[in-house]
Amino acid sequence: MSENQTAPGKGGNMLRLERMPHIWCPGCGIGSVVTSFVEAVKRSKLDQDKIAIVSGIGCSGRVAGYVNLDSLHSTHGRAIPVATGLKLANPEMKVVVFSGDGDLTGIGGNHFIHAARRNMDLLVICVNNFTYGMTGGQVTPTTPTSANASTTPYGNYEYPFSLPFLADAAGATYVARWTSLHSRNVIQSIEEGLQKRGFSFIEVITPCTTLYLRRNRLGDGVDALQHYQDNSILKHGADTRETQIDFQGKIVVGKFVDREKPTYLDAVNKCNAKLIGDDYQLYGKTIPEKEAEAEAKKQEGEAKA
Amino acid sequence: MKIVAADPKGVDAGPHFMDGDHAIAEGGLAAGCRFFAGYPITPSTETAERFAERAPEVGAMFIQMEDEIASVAALIGGAWGGQKVMTVTSGPGFSLMMENIGLAVMTETPMVIANVQRGGPSTGLPTLTAQQDMMQARYGSHGDYSIIALSPDSPQECFDLTIEAFNLSEIYRTPVFIMTDETVGHMHEKVVIPPADQIRVVERNLYQGPKEDFRPYGFDSQGDHPMARAGDGYRFHVTGLTHNERGYPVMTPEQNKIVLTHLIEKINGNADKIIRLDEDQMEDAEVVVLSYGITSRIAVKAIQDARKKGLKVGSLRLITVWPFCEEKIRELAKKVKAIVVPEINYGQMVREVERCAAGQCKVVSVNHCGGAVHDPQVILNAIEESCR
Repeated sequence: MSENQTAPGKGGNMLRLERMPHIWCPGCGIGSVVTSFVEAVKRSKLDQDKIAIVSGIGCSGRVAGYVNLDSLHSTHGRAIPVATGLKLANPEMKVVVFSGDGDLTGIGGNHFIHAARRNMDLLVICVNNFTYGMTGGQVTPTTPTSANASTTPYGNYEYPFSLPFLADAAGATYVARWTSLHSRNVIQSIEEGLQKRGFSFIEVITPCTTLYLRRNRLGDGVDALQHYQDNSILKHGADTRETQIDFQGKIVVGKFVDREKPTYLDAVNKCNAKLIGDDYQLYGKTIPEKEAEAEAKKQEGEAKA
Repeated sequence: MKIVAADPKGVDAGPHFMDGDHAIAEGGLAAGCRFFAGYPITPSTETAERFAERAPEVGAMFIQMEDEIASVAALIGGAWGGQKVMTVTSGPGFSLMMENIGLAVMTETPMVIANVQRGGPSTGLPTLTAQQDMMQARYGSHGDYSIIALSPDSPQECFDLTIEAFNLSEIYRTPVFIMTDETVGHMHEKVVIPPADQIRVVERNLYQGPKEDFRPYGFDSQGDHPMARAGDGYRFHVTGLTHNERGYPVMTPEQNKIVLTHLIEKINGNADKIIRLDEDQMEDAEVVVLSYGITSRIAVKAIQDARKKGLKVGSLRLITVWPFCEEKIRELAKKVKAIVVPEINYGQMVREVERCAAGQCKVVSVNHCGGAVHDPQVILNAIEESCR
């Protein structure tokens, strides 16, 4: 098997099997989310050459290295601006950001809200395990108050972000939250996100067995899944102001936001077309747009004939 | 390396009266840059404004990002998306860019970044000139690497060298800096933009072979290894981690040696091809004034006055500041009495001159704290003292 080929099996040619074994711990939820992502991409029937994945730093940041797509493993927190550049330079691409809670909403928080505000056409998947795993279990912007982390050894005294609320308030056009137990829902949401034009945000609550669970004496991965089973409340269209997660408390899951709004590129093209007039060539037409245009021309030709 | 004529869409040919900042934007468009991600900062903002104004007609993309960190991150995405990319900044923004400049160096991503220097440290003198970021340009990001930086001394050169910077960035797959300053950036002069067919542009070297043989890197101490563009089916992986030719992480001292040797040697080993110098009245010179950027135009006056007094003085202007012209200085130091180095900082490039002169001739630093250019008399005094 040459380095570039990947063996068939679960995930087909979507995973870089030559890079296995992966670095994630037993019981970690990141792999479940990757499996859901692979399944969603397959179901979407999108051309895999036209999907790129960008990640930042941390355990979830390693996803880009294992998925057999055009992939960029960037700097800490900067996946979204890298993805923004890739999308604007090459609008045919569907660009997916795979990130953890610390990467995306701590060091990368500013980029997150601005990409949502602009309605940049990106799918952002956040694996939220309430901790900085790669560096050894420090507190993150989503760690529930009172939870123990290595930098809050006497319990977290800060207020956490609710990420669906943050994304909603900043302007995201699609917002959903699930846990890694809800793999079918995660697949469906990712599929919807892949089809959605606009800033789509999917949060998946996952267990970090080695650090968050152990440090808080919450058992192992199975215990975490049992907790998700017992405490998840399905509430599609929930008011995102009511999605706060307390320590070992209820987890509101579902699709909270799904609205239509022109994307950043739509807005650029609208502005420039008005400025320049009929001569303006739309910047970065998407493939369906090009196909529709070709089809329209063909029909026009036939009508004339 | 494929050299082609510029795309006429980006070339606003003809004579113009424009400042250095605008000329940088025009240089980028002429070089084929179609993606600009920037953040406003005095005294560089006019470059971003010019690009934003021209983008719709040229068919380029301009985005104002949320900060300079995001700007360079977006350039990396843009370059791997297939575009030639650029941004502009000044000291404080340059500091923020350093994180992803490191990523661009490590992932061998071509881009051009102009730094219109102002006085520092920190907020310092936002509207006033300086040359205080010369060492930051060389060593600003963490880890070991080499870099290319050019220093224009006029708006015309801002245009010309921006094209040159794009070409070098494509040939060596590296970020290239335009290290200009507030004075040149805001100075209005005649700028002649040649017709597109007279502008020579290096095209992106895109891989064309079988997909299974594609490797995003080749650690052969040259820079011209072909890249891929997202969406073309090569399924590239790039990472800031130490990596192998496939782009996959390999975190060992052995692999780091391979990567670092390549990153440094592709530039230092090709220094003779990269470096451009402007020499004047050097034949009989006993004292040489080494300068760059706006300071070289002040030095001209001091050299003229010294010649009038019968002193044998020559001028060596660095067009390429990094990599530094080590060989040239080693040779020169054997022949001349002194090298006088005026710069608008407390002695940055002069340290390189001292290192290469290695005691063979006097090296005289003529410092300036920033906020203004030198008084030519101060440089003349240093020349006269060196001649004694």
